Amino acid sequence: MPATKMSTAKRDQSHARVFDLAELSLRELNQALHQLTPGSNETAWEVLNPKGSHSVAVGVDQPVAIDVRGSVGYYCGGMNAGGAITVHGSAGPGVGENMMSGSIVVKGDASQYAGATGRGGLLVIEGNASSRCGISMKGIDIVVHGNIGHMSAFMAQSGNLVVLGDAGDALGDSIYEARLFVRGKVESLGADCIAKEMRPEHLEFLQGLLDRAGVTGVKPSEFKRYGSARTLYNFNIDNADAY
Amino acid sequence: MCGIVGLFLKDKSLEPKLGAMLSEMLICLTDRGPDSAGIAIYGAATGNEAKITIQSAKPERDFHGLDAELAKAIGAPVSVAVKSTHAVIRTTPDKVDAAREALQSLRPDIRIMGAGEAVEIYKEVGLPEAVVERFGVRSMTGTHGIGHTRMATESAVTTMGAHPFSTGADQCLVHNGSLSNHNNVRRELIREGMKFETENDTEVAAAYLSSKIAHGKNLGEALEGTLSDLDGFFTFVVGTKNGFGVVRDPIACKPAVMAETDQYVAFGSEYRALTKLPGIDNARVWEPEPATVYFWEH
Repeated sequence: MPATKMSTAKRDQSHARVFDLAELSLRELNQALHQLTPGSNETAWEVLNPKGSHSVAVGVDQPVAIDVRGSVGYYCGGMNAGGAITVHGSAGPGVGENMMSGSIVVKGDASQYAGATGRGGLLVIEGNASSRCGISMKGIDIVVHGNIGHMSAFMAQSGNLVVLGDAGDALGDSIYEARLFVRGKVESLGADCIAKEMRPEHLEFLQGLLDRAGVTGVKPSEFKRYGSARTLYNFNIDNADAY
Repeated sequence: MCGIVGLFLKDKSLEPKLGAMLSEMLICLTDRGPDSAGIAIYGAATGNEAKITIQSAKPERDFHGLDAELAKAIGAPVSVAVKSTHAVIRTTPDKVDAAREALQSLRPDIRIMGAGEAVEIYKEVGLPEAVVERFGVRSMTGTHGIGHTRMATESAVTTMGAHPFSTGADQCLVHNGSLSNHNNVRRELIREGMKFETENDTEVAAAYLSSKIAHGKNLGEALEGTLSDLDGFFTFVVGTKNGFGVVRDPIACKPAVMAETDQYVAFGSEYRALTKLPGIDNARVWEPEPATVYFWEH
């Protein structure tokens, strides 16, 4: 599977358009972002005083760089299509939910269901992610420097979840085809999720993903790969009594 | 949804500001629950005074002359401080049970919100801002407190359906979530002789904790019990005489954020609620783990 290309937005923030949420409303910020047209020169944005606000920079659809100076609440960067969003703090539930492309980097921790249903792009969490990280992921790449909580990658369909630390209970429960790479210990695997061998192509792919996420000093060979045993794909008539 | 806040002060110099800080935290979460709001605030227990918080739908009628009548009935000094629909009765600690009993006949229509040496509980229908204003919470001092703003799911929007719920002397409970087996648990507790005021699921959780404690468990053990005996979603915060405790169900889909500095430990359903606290930018901020009981106490 080809890796999703990282956004090519320039990260020169010296001429950034500054949006102070202590003075302007969240709606004004998001409307300004939504009004951007292809080729706009306003490629750098800085958001001050988010103070846990919900839905910061949701629905961005242009390749602009957005630096959020502080912690955000629910759904930051949701549906992102092409933006390069950096949260210089922690993120509440649902960061990068249903991301299409681009990137989101969270310098702190992320709450539950980070990257849920994401279809593309790269989500990097430099701290820990909470429960249900990558739930129902559909093509997104997620790299977590720390640990992830329980029920992560539940019903994950495609994409890659990379965890440098440990994973909580029921990792990859009812997983379809996503690939999970965990460097630390896994508390328990969910239904139909199994450990798989790391073949050369996986090592090579993982190195590329670690490079794109800016992870250094960690070797792909330190990870274990987990994925679907594919026994839940079709209904087994012998299990009919269970329903 | 519902929103919960909790604040436990380590720095005594903040105590005069406790009510103001808790009020701001709760108002921040108004859009998590606009139906009703409540707050439990704990002052330092002196050991020679007990407080009973009562509520009345007709405060002018019920609170008038209550101090003298109650003092006469229990044979001890009594003071009554009225705050809107609530009043705080102060008397000697050994007279609390006698006062509760006397209140039943003197003022059969009032409800007891909670009792203890430290706690006062205020709750009403309305937005957090209005509730805080009505009871003058901003000017209250104290060592710690918890608050709740409610989006009703399991029972009617009434004063008695608002949180916190008393679970015992100086103990109370606030809840974000919904319990699915509360009818069953309520039936079992009624059989044990417990009384209920509402159809509310959280009242059942509070009564469950009271029952476990009455059977000799400590609060920590009673909270552990909720993990196996209560089915549904919950983040519980319990106020105690000396601090507060937190427990989340194993699924932990109801949010919870904690922050700690040298000055305080704070709880919020969302980080938003904590952003006005002093020194928050350098606080240690984390999410409490699922199915784990935490306590912060003096």
